[in-house]
Amino acid sequence: MSAIESRAPSRVGFFTDTTLCIGCKACEVACKEWNELPATDMEFTATSYDNTAALGATTWRHVAFIEQRRDPTTAGADGTHGMRWLMSSDVCKHCSNAACLDVCPTGALFRTEFGTVVVQQDICNGCGYCVSACPFGVIDRRLDTGTAAKCTMCYDRLRADAQPACATACPTRSIQFGPLDELRRHAAERVEQLHGRGVSEARLYGADEDDGIGGAGAFFLLLDEPEVYGLPPDPAATTRDLGAMWKAAALAAGALVAGVAAAFAGGRR
Amino acid sequence: MAECHPVGFQWVMEAKERGAVVIHVDPRFTRTSAVADIHVPIRAGTDIVFLGGIVRHILETERYFQDYVVAYTNAAAMVSEDFRDTEDLDGLFSGWDEEARTYDQSSWRLDRDGDGRLVLDPSLQHPRCVLQVLRRHFARYTPEVVEDACGVPRALFLRVADALCDNSGRERTSAFCYAVGWTQHSTGVQYIRTAAIIQQLLGNIGRPGGGIMALRGHASIQGSTDIPTLFNLLPGYLPMPRAGADADLDSYITNNATPTGQWGNMRSYVVSLLRAWWGDAATADNDFCFGHLPRIDDDHSTYATTMGMLDGEVKGFLVVGENPAVGSANGRMHRLAMANLDWLVVRDLAMIETATFWKDSPEIETGELRTEDIATEVFFLPAAAHTEKDGSFTNTQRLLQWRHKATEPVGDCRSELWFYHHLGRIIREKLRDSSLPRDRAVLDLRWDHPESGPRREPDAEAVLREVSGWDAAGAQLSSFDELRDDGSTACGCWIYCGCFAGGVNQTARRTPGSSQSWVAPEWGWAWPANRRMLYNRASADPQGQPWSQRKAYVWWDATTGTWTGHDVPDFARGKLPDYVAPAGARGPEAIGGAEPFVMQGDGRAQLFVASGLVDGPLPVHYEADESPFANALYPRQSSPARQTFRRRHNEPNQAPDEPDGGAFPYVVTTYRLTEHHTAGGMSRFLRRLSELQPEMFCEVSPALAAERGLHNGGWATIVTARSAIEARVLVTDRIPPLRVQGRIMHQVGLPYHWGGRGVSTGDAANDLVGVVLDPNVHIQESKTATCDIRPGRRPRGTALTAMVDEHRRSQGMRR
Repeated sequence: MSAIESRAPSRVGFFTDTTLCIGCKACEVACKEWNELPATDMEFTATSYDNTAALGATTWRHVAFIEQRRDPTTAGADGTHGMRWLMSSDVCKHCSNAACLDVCPTGALFRTEFGTVVVQQDICNGCGYCVSACPFGVIDRRLDTGTAAKCTMCYDRLRADAQPACATACPTRSIQFGPLDELRRHAAERVEQLHGRGVSEARLYGADEDDGIGGAGAFFLLLDEPEVYGLPPDPAATTRDLGAMWKAAALAAGALVAGVAAAFAGGRR
Repeated sequence: MAECHPVGFQWVMEAKERGAVVIHVDPRFTRTSAVADIHVPIRAGTDIVFLGGIVRHILETERYFQDYVVAYTNAAAMVSEDFRDTEDLDGLFSGWDEEARTYDQSSWRLDRDGDGRLVLDPSLQHPRCVLQVLRRHFARYTPEVVEDACGVPRALFLRVADALCDNSGRERTSAFCYAVGWTQHSTGVQYIRTAAIIQQLLGNIGRPGGGIMALRGHASIQGSTDIPTLFNLLPGYLPMPRAGADADLDSYITNNATPTGQWGNMRSYVVSLLRAWWGDAATADNDFCFGHLPRIDDDHSTYATTMGMLDGEVKGFLVVGENPAVGSANGRMHRLAMANLDWLVVRDLAMIETATFWKDSPEIETGELRTEDIATEVFFLPAAAHTEKDGSFTNTQRLLQWRHKATEPVGDCRSELWFYHHLGRIIREKLRDSSLPRDRAVLDLRWDHPESGPRREPDAEAVLREVSGWDAAGAQLSSFDELRDDGSTACGCWIYCGCFAGGVNQTARRTPGSSQSWVAPEWGWAWPANRRMLYNRASADPQGQPWSQRKAYVWWDATTGTWTGHDVPDFARGKLPDYVAPAGARGPEAIGGAEPFVMQGDGRAQLFVASGLVDGPLPVHYEADESPFANALYPRQSSPARQTFRRRHNEPNQAPDEPDGGAFPYVVTTYRLTEHHTAGGMSRFLRRLSELQPEMFCEVSPALAAERGLHNGGWATIVTARSAIEARVLVTDRIPPLRVQGRIMHQVGLPYHWGGRGVSTGDAANDLVGVVLDPNVHIQESKTATCDIRPGRRPRGTALTAMVDEHRRSQGMRR
């Protein structure tokens, strides 16, 4: 059991079931409306129906659109043309072991009573350590304020006993919000159900507590490899090995000192 | 549906999770296709071939629901001996007048006995019975023809046809859902008719999980048809009186009421409407003020009005919640027409293109219009949004849902109700001293809705009370059965009668689904009489028992002697299932106990439509007005009855009734995206929506991109005889080339949301589309035309018109 769970038994999260996503982007709009985030990307990207391109400091939900033409050589044999269009609403993973939180020097990033990870805008000094620490490339600095920003899982709404804006807006229950342990149980059943229907490619992403981030607070049901959706296949908290690294660094430093000493010693010879 | 109606699509997703098979037919692979079990890419404009193929499949494999078809449709009726089908007349029905381009429908009638009842052959074997006529009519719509005309492989077509048949019958039902683009063809009404034939044959009407759902383009477009903004209808689908013919109430009723069936009570509905509008001024002595109603003498629909503006006959134009400069076919022609007006009033949320055409339309850039030459006086009135006003929405299920004002509108923004209430008030004040007879209609109106607040906002519930109706004592009515033709009742819309029953706003009810039955009768209010499904008597067999327990919905309870069930029965409550109407019966009494379709004079669904449609009693595939292919089914290329306007500014790409000559080799189709709303007035002016689809683009296949040198992310210019527009290029496999008549054909997909104003701007797709209409309802054929597409941006200024002229010349067409 991770330290988080023992401290916060009511940890909440998102389960994004991409098999139910219809790519309407209501989550993106609801997020920006509630959190008063500016619309900054007024550019046609020519990448399917995705024009916001990626998660960022002012885009806290992002729907990826992936067009696939499965096996074009046989397309048409069964009368279909073999298209598949994957859609997935990405969001901050609210990692159990959150590197952004580990590296934050000011304490602006903190773990809430809901088990989520939130940046306090009035404390953040904009150093940007968290930006490079995030294994998913989620967190970024806002150009206007200079501070780091990302999904708060609508911390203000949670404190008012409401659900996050994106989950409320989702018309097809692709974005589900609730106690994380319940969501994980439900997600496991859902995968089993889909496998039973012959959707053998269904798999969970971020639901495993033994992964490199200790399991995500926002996890996904995908229909293809994570890379296809722009997700790292084996994410790891960049701070996970810090302890070992410091040990190695100390050893290396020791060896260096010894080496230098030896060199000087040799030089005197 | 996911693309245009994502919120409604949640129910499709729920059905899918419960095992429903979702089939999506569309030239483009959309967000609906992404979650559908089967996507069928089709050549735009060939749906009657595809659906007709399914009709033939059902008939030839005898998969139709025999008991339902015999009892509840006119399959057993006999078509007149005088009738000749398109089989016999090279693509025309009997009665065609080439000169007038109209049908004399008299030969389409059904045989009747001395009492006026249909002559029936329940064995369905008589060669003149409707089912046999249908069989011969659709015999040529084979899977091979479907493949050849639609570009849909036989195997895929048969998969769809079998899936529909397998999922219909006593135990199962299938539903058709369409976004209203389906109607936007010169044979649009017949598209829906063909779907209706399928649903009748499979027994999928009036039963849970069945039906044909029209997903309307805006919130409450259903409501604005019920209480219409249409030129030829009064509230509740009462026809607008015609000049000459409908001189008084008696002649109007004689000319328009069907003596048998629910329309037999039409006089009660009309008189109650007149009493609602003119109150105590409407008396039996003055024909209940029937003479005050305006009369129509011609087609006064949208496009006829535009032509009238071009011709200088229409002087003023009031545009409310619409953006014809972007949203109507041939936007350029609309803008030129508006420049010919004396005055124009635009009421909208934002300063849309229709309001500013005089200073920044594309025609200003090309020099076709000069601001200083335009004499049109333009008024812009800012409108309140739906969150800023009370009122009701009526959705596609005929469900009225009340909406409470959340916040006051800002500045000068006002509700529609405020606008029309005070407009009427001021006009009446100006006319107060008039003694002219023509002003009586305005001065006699009841115009007393209570106002409140500093802005004098009228009470929306008071309007709903009037719509619902009251009796002589002023008590709210509970059902249209209570309406009388003696002036003792008033009702603003007979089908809405009872929406304020008991003095309670029934449309504001919000009992959660979890706290009531699965039919959810206590959420809002559905017309008529809170019936959630029309013709639901058809959910029981002729004896009144459910066709199956699984699909039980409404049934006859012999112990109480009434119809009962999960829903309010759409049938006379105590009418025995074996009731046979006596000879000479009129109105609802003329409908038998096993005849569920109570709005039809015969109580039966119409496989064969003997009267009422101007382009034929059965659907026929004709090519669109513009098509790169010859009609493979009949010698007639395009619908003979389609409504055309061959005139300057509305030139066709090709000679009428001939396939394209090559200058416009591709099919172009227009559509919506989830991120934007129709002509953009509600979305292009908002940054958080605009960033999601920030620029006008076209969708082309990799093969077409290669053929024309188009690059993903680059620019393309799309050309027709009307105009040329530019768009960013999205190369995608989602709009696949199809094999039609032995060759590969390409389709160009265009979202139609953009115009020159707002946060996100772009050329308007509708500038490319010509005005050719369905003759029944005057809807434009905007879902299929031909075009050319070239790499790069379009020319500017006069070079643009020169380019369009050049294209037209190369096709041998002259301006």
